[in-house]
Order: sequence, then C-alpha cells, then structure tokens
Amino acid sequence: MPKSAPASASNASEMMMPGAEILLKTLEDEGVEVVFGYPGGAVLPIYDALFKNNKIKHILVRHEQAAVHAAEGYARSTGKTGVVLVTSGPGATNAVTGLTDALMDSVPVVCLTGQVPTHLIGNDAFQEADTTGITRACTKHNYLVKEGDALQSTVAEAFHVASSGRPGPVLIDLPKDILMAEIAYKPDGVRQKAVARYQPQTEPSADAIKAMAAAMMRAERPVIYGGGGIINSGPRASELLTELTHYTGWPTTLTLMGLGALPASDKHFLGMLGMHGTYEANLAMHGCDLMLNIGARFDDRVTGLISGFSPNSMKIHCDIDPSSVNKNVAVDLAVIGDATRILEMLLEELKAKKFKPHKASLDKWWAQINEWRQRDCLKFNQSSSVIKPQYAIKRLWEMTSDRDVYVTTEVGQHQMWAAQYFGFQKPNRWMTSGGLGTMGYGLPAAMGVQVAHPDDLVIDIAGEASFMMNMQELSTLAQYNLPVKMFIINNEWMGMVRQWQELIHGGRYSESYSASLPDFVKLADTFGMTGLVANSVDDLDGVISQMLAIDGPVIADIRVTKDENCFPMIPSGAAHNDMLLGPEDQVEKPISEEGMVLV
Amino acid sequence: MTNNNLIERHIISVLVDNEPGVLARVIGLFSGRGYNIESLTVAETDKDKNVSRISIVTSGTPMVIEQIKSQLGRLVPIHAVCDLTEMGAAIERELALVKIINHGDERIEALRIADTFRARTLDSTLNSFVFEVTGNSSKVGAFVDLMRSLGEIEVARTGVSAISRGNQIDLLAK
Repeated sequence: MPKSAPASASNASEMMMPGAEILLKTLEDEGVEVVFGYPGGAVLPIYDALFKNNKIKHILVRHEQAAVHAAEGYARSTGKTGVVLVTSGPGATNAVTGLTDALMDSVPVVCLTGQVPTHLIGNDAFQEADTTGITRACTKHNYLVKEGDALQSTVAEAFHVASSGRPGPVLIDLPKDILMAEIAYKPDGVRQKAVARYQPQTEPSADAIKAMAAAMMRAERPVIYGGGGIINSGPRASELLTELTHYTGWPTTLTLMGLGALPASDKHFLGMLGMHGTYEANLAMHGCDLMLNIGARFDDRVTGLISGFSPNSMKIHCDIDPSSVNKNVAVDLAVIGDATRILEMLLEELKAKKFKPHKASLDKWWAQINEWRQRDCLKFNQSSSVIKPQYAIKRLWEMTSDRDVYVTTEVGQHQMWAAQYFGFQKPNRWMTSGGLGTMGYGLPAAMGVQVAHPDDLVIDIAGEASFMMNMQELSTLAQYNLPVKMFIINNEWMGMVRQWQELIHGGRYSESYSASLPDFVKLADTFGMTGLVANSVDDLDGVISQMLAIDGPVIADIRVTKDENCFPMIPSGAAHNDMLLGPEDQVEKPISEEGMVLV
Repeated sequence: MTNNNLIERHIISVLVDNEPGVLARVIGLFSGRGYNIESLTVAETDKDKNVSRISIVTSGTPMVIEQIKSQLGRLVPIHAVCDLTEMGAAIERELALVKIINHGDERIEALRIADTFRARTLDSTLNSFVFEVTGNSSKVGAFVDLMRSLGEIEVARTGVSAISRGNQIDLLAK
C-alpha cells in the first residue's frame, strides 16, 4: 500500500484530498490552462476530477501521439510548457514518438501518464508497461510517483526541469492508487524546495563575453549562425539578435529551428543554411573567418561533411547546454548561458569597447555574398499550368503576408520548401519537426497552436503522405471547431524519399508512391468541414483566398507536379561548397560510397 | 591532431541522488550514445544526504571523454562529476575473490603466490582455497591469470573504486 499522510491533518492549513485533485491543483499552481489528452482506466480518477474542474481546459485528441504533438505546437507558439495526459500501457507507449520529438527539438512538455497500482507494478498487469524504463531514453527526465507525499513536489519539479536550462519533455508516471489516496495538500513552500536540485547555468561568464567581443573585433569575414536556442530563450532574444545584426552589420543565417529569430525580409538575412539551405548561406559559412553560433547545435543537416566544414574559421559557440559544445564540431570559444543574457551582455561589451567593423573587409565580404546571391538559387520555373510546389507555397506566403500567421509543417520536401519560401518575420510562428523529422507532426501541432491562439490564422503545410499519418485528428478539429487550414502539397509521392531514390538509388522507387489516397474534398466533407482542390495554376489563387475566408477548418488539396526535386541540396557525405543547385548538377556530382551510408 | 585521436582510459566519479532508476539512467546514457564501460561500481556514501558514488572506468578519445562528462553533468539526479584521471594522481583499487580447485604441488604454489600478492585466504578445503586480493586492476589481473594457470578457478571481481590523493574533496553534494 502506498504511504500517504495520516487521515487527520496535523496542520490546519493542509487540506486532505485525493491525489488526482492534488494533481489538478498543482497544475493550476503552475499556470496550466490547457491539457491535451485521452482517457483510460488508469487515469479515470484524474478525468473524474477534471469533470468538476472549471479552470483547466481538456482537449480530447484521437491518438495519444497527437496529444504530445499538440502540446509541442502549443509550447512552441507560446513559450509555455505543453501538458499531456494519457493512460497507462498503450497510452504511454503511443506518446513515445512525440516525447522523442520534443527531446530532439528541446520543447518544454510535461507528460502525465497513468500507471497500474503500485502493488501491481511488475506483475504484467492489464495495460501495464514499464513506462519509466521505456521513456528514460526519450525524455529529459522522468518520475514514477510511489508515495502520495511526493506527488506535489514531483509535479512542481517536473515543470521546473521541463522549462529550465535547455527545455525538454518530462514524464510523470502516476499509479492509480496514488491518484485515489487521500493526501495532504501543502499550499506553500513546495516549489522552492522542488527547484533546488536542478540549477543549470544561465548567466554567462563575463570573461567569456569579453573574449567573444575581442574576437569579433578582429573579424573580416564574419557570419552569425543562429538557431532554435534563440527562439527557446524568449522573444527578447530575437529582438537582441536583430539589434546585434544591425549594430555589427554582419551577415546572418538561421537554422530550420531558428527561422523567425531575424525577420526574413532583413537585408542581412542570408536565408536558411544546411542541406537544403541557400547557396549564399552555405558558402558564407564555408568561407567565413569567424562563425558566431548562437543557440544552434552544429547538427549534421547543417555541417555536411564535418572534415570539410568551414575549415578556416574561428568558431564561437553560445549554448545553454554544455554537452552541446564540442560534440560534433570542435570550437575555439564556448560561452555557456541563456541566449538572451549572452546577447545582452555582448551588446553592452561591444558598445563599451566602441566596436567598429573593419569597413573595407566587411564591404568586400558583402560584395562576395551579393555575388553568391546573384545565383538566385531558389528560383524555379512556373511555366506550365501544372502547379509547382514552390509556387504554391510562395503564393500562400504572399497572400498571407499582410497578417500574423502561424505555420506548422509535416516532414519532407514541402517542409523544406516552406522553410525556403515562407518568410517569417517573428519568432514563435514556425513549428516544424526538425531533429526527429516526424511525419504526422503538422496537423496535431497546428491543433495545439490554434488552441493557444483561437483567433489567429494557423496553417498546416502538409505533404499528402504525412497528412495520412495523423488524419484522425480531423475529428478533434471538428469537435472544438479549430479553424486550422490544411494546405496539402499533393504530389502523390513521398517526395523526399523519392528524391533520394532518384539521386542515390538509381531511380528505384521502392514503396514511395502514395497509393490509394482519399479524395480530400470528400474527406473534409465527412468531418463536416470544407474541402477545396486546386488542379492548375489558374485555380490556385482562388483556392487560397477561399481557404482564408472560410470561418472553420479547411482542407485544400493542391495538386502539384509529381517529380519536382528540392534544391539546393548538399548530398550526404559532401561539404558545403559541393552543393547541387538544380537537375543539371545531379549528373556531374554523383554521391560517394561513404555518403550513401548516411541518412 | 594525432594526440586527439588517441584512446585514453579515464576513471570518472559521479555523485548522484540515491533514487530508483538513477543507475539505469547512467548506464542508459552510456549504451545509448555508444560509450564504453570497462567497469562500474556504485554504493551509498552519505545516508543523510541520500547520495551515492558511481565510479566508472571508460575509454575514448579526449573529445569523447569530454562529451561523457558533460552528458553526465546534465542529468537531473547528478550532483557532481569528477575525472580522476585528468586530475592527476588518483588511487585505484579493486577487489577479487578467487576460488581455486587443485591439489599437490600446484596447491602449494598457489598458496605461495597468494602470499606474494599479499592476498588473504578466506576459505580452505583439502583441495580448494578462496583468496581475497586487492590492488589496482593490473595487480588483480595478474593474480587471476596466475591462478588460472594453476587449477580450475572461479572469479568474482568488483569494479574499480578510486579517489584522488591529497586534501581536496572532489565531489560535493549540492
């Protein structure tokens, strides 16, 4: 039997109540307003308490994986911690993909899972799974609450861990008998004790900042490389990055996760870098003499072949996670701390030292960059009446650029084109699965974003194959009337897989065709929402305007060319300056043996 | 450049909260990221503060060793991480219990060698002994190898425990 406080509370200020109610009260204390979840036997006590609770809104999803992605979308678009509630056994195991996604992309999520009663743990009970064992590798931290006294402090600590330092998913496994036991609720003092043992370094060292500023003053061909850490730090970090870019006049590139940290329209912005980044961004990274990394992790999609990565530059790495430093790429100077604090202190130091860039060198560097920009690597030819996917996304962006819009994507070619053609002016507007690359992320994430921003425009740019992975969530959209616009780039293939099969596997298109697709218009209709289809260029603008004008969820099936490839592309095993820029390049630069082995 | 690719053996001491699953967490970190565990010992060191000390012997290039330490450092239940090899002079000890079954001349030889190694005899029958030997890994390894050549043996070894020389406390609980 679990230990819980004695039946009569010794302290008058401590109230006795069932564990499930303590849980909800602690969630309220943490400022939780929304929970994404799905019921089951082990969590019935929580759902019973929710029935009487007016403060926390519960969104019923149709698959637990979607609950976690929705919590991720909610978290990334607001900066708050997303909360998930699922039952034991299959409920918890269904959440694993979402948790792994949150871990890879550093998204703050707290996942509450039910568990069989403590005396049945380890007995192969009904709907039992070793949740803490299974999720140990895919969460930032996890807990199993074995005693009622520990419930409140565990929840408080979980929220603290999820949102401090480098954010990440935290799981709390809650046995049913703990949820039903009478426990004393402690109204104060719990949080202070709970945060004590996890105190990551957020304040950078003044010496490191000085060294960074000194290095910056010597730079002649600098580049600022910003990532998701800037977004995670809060909107102020993006403002400071913009200020830094303008103060120094330095070229700036952003990773997939960092888009929006600097407005896309800013003349210093080189575009996204990496495997499908722009020509100018990748060559600038390759040829720079000082690389200032703020909040990025030198991911392999960005570095390409490590031995060929920016061979002649001094690298400065600003990150809140010390284990990120010198993990893939050896750097010359590491600055550990929160991005906002680092940028604040850096700007102060630069101003105090009256920083002036080497005008002649910087002008020469910009001239070189502008020459690279002339290549116009993102140009495409919308000649015929068949819609090109790049054109569809570009039009969508142009027709929504007058308003605030939140974009989620699924995974694949459409995701890369969305990153390339959709200009993000602000942070927290772009939600995509970067590190894990989870197909089926976009629709539930858009749900989470819409719940957080009920009156705003939220668009899921999807591929038709990805869309099928979590399309049961159409029912959730209908239930809560979440007016998400689902912009499906339908090329009838798993585009990115097909592209790699074309380039690397001799055109052997094995299992990459989207067979037996539904009629998306009829699909929308069966869920009581609007479906639109655009078959040619002439249809496109009309479909987009209609989609935006309708007050409710909409599926727009955009039929595009089936064999378009996503360029630029740094093939696996190649270095930054070995980019393929178009179909003509494919034949000249075949991919190496070593490259074929890499994902 | 050549120095950075040399595999080094390091003893890393970690002070952790004594809570269920913490060992699984540390081992999961090593196996998940492909780090090598040559040996591992864990035991409670402070009952009041509820902390345990894990001593891990691992090997890798300098960059990998740095990664191991930072990855350990960011686990929530970890209080402190200390690289005893990097710090310089550290004392390493491990213990082995060796049962040897033999008779005649080889039995006498085994006893003589045990004496040389300052091993203690913990058990004896007319045709077997159980010896306890302590020392650094190479001494213990040498003893086991010698016993193996003298009869049928069974060995139970602990992992390496280590502590730095001098008057500094390396691992402090928060």
